[in-house]
Amino acid sequence: MATTTNSQMFHKTFVRESPVRQRVMGVFFLVLALSIWFFFARSVDGSAIASFGLSTFQAKTQLDPWNLPALNTLYVLAVVCAILGGIQLSRGFKKYTNAVLAVVVGIFVFGFLVWATAGKSLNLVGLFNTTLSKAVPITLGALSGILCERSGVVNIAIEGMMLSGAMVSALVGSITQNAWLGLFCAVLTGAVLAYVHGIFSIKYKTNQIISGTVINIFATGLTSYISAKFMQVYPALNNPPTFGAIAIPLLADIPVIGEIFFVNNLFVFAMFIFIVILQIGLFQTRWGLRVRAVGEHPKAADTLGIDVFKTRYTSVILGGMMAGFAGAYFTLGSAGRFDEVMTAGRGFIGLAAMIFGNWIPTGGFAAGLLFGFADSLASRMAILGIAIPSQFLLMLPYIATMIVLAGVIGKGHVPAADGIPYEKE
Amino acid sequence: MTSNSEEPKKPGVGQIFLEELNNQFKPPKKDDKKRGGISQTILIPLLAVITGLIIGGIFIILTTEQVYAAFGQSFGAGLAAAWDAVSKAYSGLFTGAFGDPARMIAALQSGDELQIRRAFNPFLESLVTSTPYIFAGLAVALGFRAGVFNIGAEGQIFIGAITATFVGYSVTGLPAIIHVPLALLAGAAGGAFWGFIPGWLKAKTGGHEVINTIMMNYIAFRLSDFLLTGPMKRPGSFNPVSPEILPSAWLPRFFPDPIRFHLGFFIALGIAYLVYWYLFKTTWGFELRTVGTNPNAAKYAGMNVTKNIVLAMSLSGALAGLAGANEVLGVNRNLAMAFSSGYGFDSIALALLGNNHPLGVVLASLLFGTLRSGATRMQLTAGIPNDIISILQAVILAFIAAPAIIRTIYRLRKPTVEEAGVTIRGWGG
Repeated sequence: MATTTNSQMFHKTFVRESPVRQRVMGVFFLVLALSIWFFFARSVDGSAIASFGLSTFQAKTQLDPWNLPALNTLYVLAVVCAILGGIQLSRGFKKYTNAVLAVVVGIFVFGFLVWATAGKSLNLVGLFNTTLSKAVPITLGALSGILCERSGVVNIAIEGMMLSGAMVSALVGSITQNAWLGLFCAVLTGAVLAYVHGIFSIKYKTNQIISGTVINIFATGLTSYISAKFMQVYPALNNPPTFGAIAIPLLADIPVIGEIFFVNNLFVFAMFIFIVILQIGLFQTRWGLRVRAVGEHPKAADTLGIDVFKTRYTSVILGGMMAGFAGAYFTLGSAGRFDEVMTAGRGFIGLAAMIFGNWIPTGGFAAGLLFGFADSLASRMAILGIAIPSQFLLMLPYIATMIVLAGVIGKGHVPAADGIPYEKE
Repeated sequence: MTSNSEEPKKPGVGQIFLEELNNQFKPPKKDDKKRGGISQTILIPLLAVITGLIIGGIFIILTTEQVYAAFGQSFGAGLAAAWDAVSKAYSGLFTGAFGDPARMIAALQSGDELQIRRAFNPFLESLVTSTPYIFAGLAVALGFRAGVFNIGAEGQIFIGAITATFVGYSVTGLPAIIHVPLALLAGAAGGAFWGFIPGWLKAKTGGHEVINTIMMNYIAFRLSDFLLTGPMKRPGSFNPVSPEILPSAWLPRFFPDPIRFHLGFFIALGIAYLVYWYLFKTTWGFELRTVGTNPNAAKYAGMNVTKNIVLAMSLSGALAGLAGANEVLGVNRNLAMAFSSGYGFDSIALALLGNNHPLGVVLASLLFGTLRSGATRMQLTAGIPNDIISILQAVILAFIAAPAIIRTIYRLRKPTVEEAGVTIRGWGG
């Protein structure tokens, strides 16, 4: 375990110190600094105040909104960006480059918010709370993908598993009027579909992308069929109870943070728990080492006595359960009913988040937050009266994923045996 | 398809490598044929379709409430109800797809032109539904031949439809003989551009085309969302729909309304032949297939792998773009939001069912187009949601993708010839 992590770390450090990359990053930081000035600062009225709300009306302790002089703030942000760009160009941040990149992009986004809110007000707590809940299915999708792909099985069927989970949880939840039972059946559905995916890709060694496509088409057809045939005809079959928001005692009373993190429904808390479990499980336990070994070099793992097939089946089924759980979020955690094709590609975005997050659970969460943020900001664009069409904002995460995939930010570490069926000799 | 008997005309540099490579394309020997080399390439899809229909029937029985009620009464009544449910559904599917034979005969006897048109409309409507499938299936098949997995046909269809619509309503004063080809070309160009980007990214950076085309799909949806609510919105309309395409850009229809059968179907057949000719009769096509089968050998033989990947993705995108253009110019005559319903994913099934061969794709498209079109009527007459077709499609595709299952069911022998599988790897490759 230590050796794999070390070689991986070494590999990354090596990539990060490329001089071309250092210069590209430095120029990029400067460009962002310039854009803050060019696009934002120039069009802001000198006396405009950006007012950020820090508590919703439900909060126990009402905080005063955070008022910032828009123009000056933007100047400060631009200068900070420019300084960071200068340092990057002259001596570079070396292995902290990616962290600094995150900071600079964060500053740019904050600049955007300040510009958008100048002369108006925006509730930050609401914005971040929505971000978090929009990130849930995407992050869970990413976790599902990580489980499968770390063991060497490509799973593009996350979307289909989510959709089936959503449908089944709504159906079972409505019949039994028990949300927990609905949730359980959603997880079970995900597991069954994942088992099918496993049979195809592990036993029959079918192309895994095609196998995933089969499951996606099947799930879309099946859920729409059941929905059209039963759930739309008998409304009682599409009326599941939902998991409401839970406020965690004491923690929920912390200003700002409490409202963002500790007043949420089951799925948000579960997401955090899963991220921690997977992060530790994959990188600190024997089980995780085995999964990763099977995904990197199945032959070597087999030689050492690890059952490659069994490990892959287990990982794929666990991944399917995660996707089924994510599916239940749509019906039991959010809408309270099932609509045809309601996952709307969240599974595919989860896949993108997995790649974005470099096949690491916390990375997947960060990517999920990014997608969720774009989503929740886009829905507020109209209220803020910004001239940019929200569709372009919604495109950004996809474009960012393509840029990440192209290796501009640094080559990701793909499990070496990802997508290759294992032939036992 | 393993039937590639012709030798490359250009000897070129890497003769030895080519010969080595050709072994993979060689037609089965005579004694292989006995063990079902070429015949299984036809037999397996056929059995897959039949098995799919049987499974679909079981599914219909399982989801019909009356069947359960009848089984409650007696076993015989249950069987009768089950048979009734399936036969009602499939006969609805049949008459929906091909028309009602009795009605056709009656119409022919009466000699009333309107009656004849109405009676034969279901069949022609099936051809109309098949047309975009042919284009999209060819798109995916061409990609597969070059070793790229174009999962983004959906997005390319959208972009093709957008560009074709734009040319269709904004360019005025052209005669149809120029306007129609121009609009079609615009659609192809739009799709080609949308395919070019992931192709170029794959060739230059190694970014896997599956993820990139999925991302491009969503970018295309957002873009069309933006265009239809903004710059391309029909003036004075509340709905996100483009202005009506000018009649000079309409693909001509052969019969008066309500029959929508249009020239696009024949264009699709023509394009399918072109793709066949390109893939199997030209040196370029040979290069493309070589890159798809074994990029390393292709490289040693002096072929430009990068160029061929980019070319394949662009051509694939162009074909998908034509599917979109065909729909807006021939059927819808305007562009509305979400006009394309899952052609992108269906086309993967078509390409594989047709064994990535243009003729196979045309046949598979006719099958699925017919099923889809018939399902609309089945939904009305038998109360079976047309989504059953997706289920059928998935089951058929599953059997095609894992022929071992079909062989086990029907106790077929494994052919000695290597199957023309799909050589696509995961992200790492």
